[in-house]
Amino acid sequence: MSKQHTITVEINGVSGQYQVEARRLLSDFIREDLGLTGTHVGCEHGICGACTILFNGEAARSCIMFAVQADGARIQTIEGLSQSGEIGRLQALFAEKHALQCGFCTPAMLITAYDLLRAHASPSDAEIREGMSAALCRCTGYDGIIKAVTQAAKENAVAAPADAGQPHGSCSGKGRRA
Amino acid sequence: MKPAAFEYLSPTHLNDALDLLARHGASAKILAGGQSLVPTLNFRLGRYDFLIDINGVGELAYIRLEEGALRIGAMTRQRAIERSPLVRRHAPLLAEATKSVAHLPIRTRGTIGGSLSHADPAAEYPAVLLALEGELILRNRQALRRVPATEFFVGPLETVLRPDELLVEIAIPAARPQQGFAFEEVSRRRGDFAIIGMAAAVAMDARKIGEARFAACGIASGPVRLRAAEALLIGQVPSPALLVEAGRVASRSVTPQSDLHADAEYRRHLIDVLLQQVAAAAVADAGRERL
Repeated sequence: MSKQHTITVEINGVSGQYQVEARRLLSDFIREDLGLTGTHVGCEHGICGACTILFNGEAARSCIMFAVQADGARIQTIEGLSQSGEIGRLQALFAEKHALQCGFCTPAMLITAYDLLRAHASPSDAEIREGMSAALCRCTGYDGIIKAVTQAAKENAVAAPADAGQPHGSCSGKGRRA
Repeated sequence: MKPAAFEYLSPTHLNDALDLLARHGASAKILAGGQSLVPTLNFRLGRYDFLIDINGVGELAYIRLEEGALRIGAMTRQRAIERSPLVRRHAPLLAEATKSVAHLPIRTRGTIGGSLSHADPAAEYPAVLLALEGELILRNRQALRRVPATEFFVGPLETVLRPDELLVEIAIPAARPQQGFAFEEVSRRRGDFAIIGMAAAVAMDARKIGEARFAACGIASGPVRLRAAEALLIGQVPSPALLVEAGRVASRSVTPQSDLHADAEYRRHLIDVLLQQVAAAAVADAGRERL
């Protein structure tokens, strides 16, 4: 039953082959096998959003996916987004607007905000609140987070993706369509 | 917690998936979007010898209009439904209700077929399918059967799906111009499970209500049509007094439960209020041009 599966995954722009047991959660694979501990694990049942990553360019919760399902996929974690500089201004605004205290939810908040701002060039206050409600914070009361994201939207701090015309959400979970 | 060990099978064609179900059905579970299944595995509320992952079965993800019906492949993501111009135009109730389905990072993975097969009593799609009198197309290796939504849901987390069967397609009659639709939901926070959600589909016959279908989610026994309220409204000219009466009749026709989130009396109240809201909104929506 503990058969190992070989998967090929692109993580933060680097492709690699890995051996995983079928039941290995994608969040554990990212944290423990790859050592990318910026992806946090809170509730481990898809509620708190702390484990949010970009899976084939779309926000998804890595604690309710299996690593074996990432075969052929492209994953971005907070480490990749930070190093690329894409969210530099967003991160600065989080600091400026006091959008974090303990920092546990911050990677997920940044990814959620990044995903939201790429999809909506100028989101309404309601859209920002609804979009950011996908991740839980236990410290800030959210006001600072909302302020940071609102300011980031005003400044166009996150560029729309090059493939903005492509429909989201097709059945590309395994990236095998090509 | 972590899931118990299982054998992972990942067919890339529907026939292979059906073969695997025929072989392992009783001890296997289909992994679609996984947004409800994986949490139950993490908690070890569910344990299966085999998981059959159908995310690679590309032929099950589509939205198309054929012969007056919108046909949606079971592996179509909720996010794709939310963004589909075809769905907005021909099944506006489905588009509207999808906004209430969890949060965006869930909708990017979650599928319509998974949600319907899982049949959570709080889920929106079962109620929508009941209100739209949709049809579910089930396959096993030998046969295909078409099951009306009104017969598909048996109880909480329970459907007529047999162990060797897979839900492959959902068919929804395309919206007609004289129809109007509305969906409303009350939850603790946007994206949370519904305390009560309500779907409405009406058709106007001149000034009178010609057809009326209402379905609620959030009642523990499963999605429910509110037929007493429907009967009261059909053939009548809508008025504020009539809607108040319909809300009262609806709330008395069901037996909601008390739980952590709301007691039975509050749910009953919500059924009353939401029925009035969606009935009025659906009547107003009838005849409106759809973009």
